[in-house]
Amino acid sequence: MSIISRGFRGRGRDGPPDRVPPGQYVTDDFPVLSAGPTPRTPLDQWTFSITGGAEPVSWTWDELRALPSEEITKDIHCVTKWSKLDTSWEGVSVDTLLEAVEHEAAYVMAFCDGGYTTNLPLEDVSDGKAWVAYTYGGEPLDPEHGGPARLLVPHLYFWKSAKWVRSLDLRDEDEPGFWESNGYHIRGDPWLEQRYWGD
Amino acid sequence: MAGAALLGRLTWLVAEVVDAVQETPRVRTLVLEADGWAGHRAGQHLDVRLTAEGGYQAERSYSIASAPGEPLGITIELLDDGEVSPYLVEEVRDGDRFELRGPIGGYFVWDGSGDAPVLLIAGGSGVAPLMSMIRHRAAIGSRTPTRLLYSSRSWDDVIYRAELEQPAGGLEVVHTLTRSQPSGWTGYARRIDAELLGEVAWPASEGPRVFICGSTRFVDAAADGLVAMGYPPLSIRTERFGATG
Repeated sequence: MSIISRGFRGRGRDGPPDRVPPGQYVTDDFPVLSAGPTPRTPLDQWTFSITGGAEPVSWTWDELRALPSEEITKDIHCVTKWSKLDTSWEGVSVDTLLEAVEHEAAYVMAFCDGGYTTNLPLEDVSDGKAWVAYTYGGEPLDPEHGGPARLLVPHLYFWKSAKWVRSLDLRDEDEPGFWESNGYHIRGDPWLEQRYWGD
Repeated sequence: MAGAALLGRLTWLVAEVVDAVQETPRVRTLVLEADGWAGHRAGQHLDVRLTAEGGYQAERSYSIASAPGEPLGITIELLDDGEVSPYLVEEVRDGDRFELRGPIGGYFVWDGSGDAPVLLIAGGSGVAPLMSMIRHRAAIGSRTPTRLLYSSRSWDDVIYRAELEQPAGGLEVVHTLTRSQPSGWTGYARRIDAELLGEVAWPASEGPRVFICGSTRFVDAAADGLVAMGYPPLSIRTERFGATG
């Protein structure tokens, strides 16, 4: 049972309860959480790869943009407590990318410019749950928000939606990525409030 | 990842406010006592949970400003449209209680190890986790060359001002006041830019470790400037705050 904080009234839930997970509040801003400088890779040097399958596959920027894309409108939830409703993106479904690879993996590790990594069960990036997104709000994705392209896995805390993503490595076993090695939860389901180790 | 301590579950603890220090008109430090608090490393943060009568709860994250081993202190800036910060800055008084859990974060930390110089760059209340490092450095008697480059709007907005005017040996503090300056001010009076960084930061060849904390725009400007000076991106650790109302 939580203790009452004398004199605290709060504003009350500021979003529909079925859309704002426990401990979150709704913001109209789009805050940034990054561990280092913002990387800027020129598009003519940019590729996206999937490794760890039967054969590695890779797309140039133009090749990725030529793949069938989807428009996605989803709520996003950052572990630092903010949620943002109805964010709109365009990108390529991870399902589309994985169709190019023969594999029996159960997990993926995402690798990013700047050295960031994050781990995900394959089922969290399959069946229409994850994208490689390159526009936000109809505009090219800003570098500070992960452009030219970021992973978008909106049903998990937003650190799983890795900014500046460059590859997915298919794996048999789950290993912690960057934040997951630094105290954050291995899976990160906001509805279970899986913020930190042991949650 | 090196330095990540094995943590058990972070349980909510009851914290009691034992002191409140008005740092500036808009910033307050709360000194807290929490049974079961396991200690922290300089640079980490914690989560606060407030509960209203009726059960409504709000959670926010705040950097820890105290050194490891000192009474636990968090520093909070008032945000006009905030929900939690007005309560913590204007309402809370000694003896009040709320919940916290932590410490959180294993990357934006400085343990006092290593000989490389340490460059700390703070924008506004982003100085809080860097102050934990500065206090830790003093507490352990570290001689690591350390510079704090601290950007504030005005002299009255400088948090921990008195303490920073008496720096421990080998700590240099460089202020820049971006909006207004006291008469006779001879220090920097502008936002951090390439020229200012070139004057304050060590050359990249000396291999400094860098910690930057502030708003996203502030952090990006400082980090981009250092990368342009040849600093390896992985030598620069950043913490950015957006909405923390």
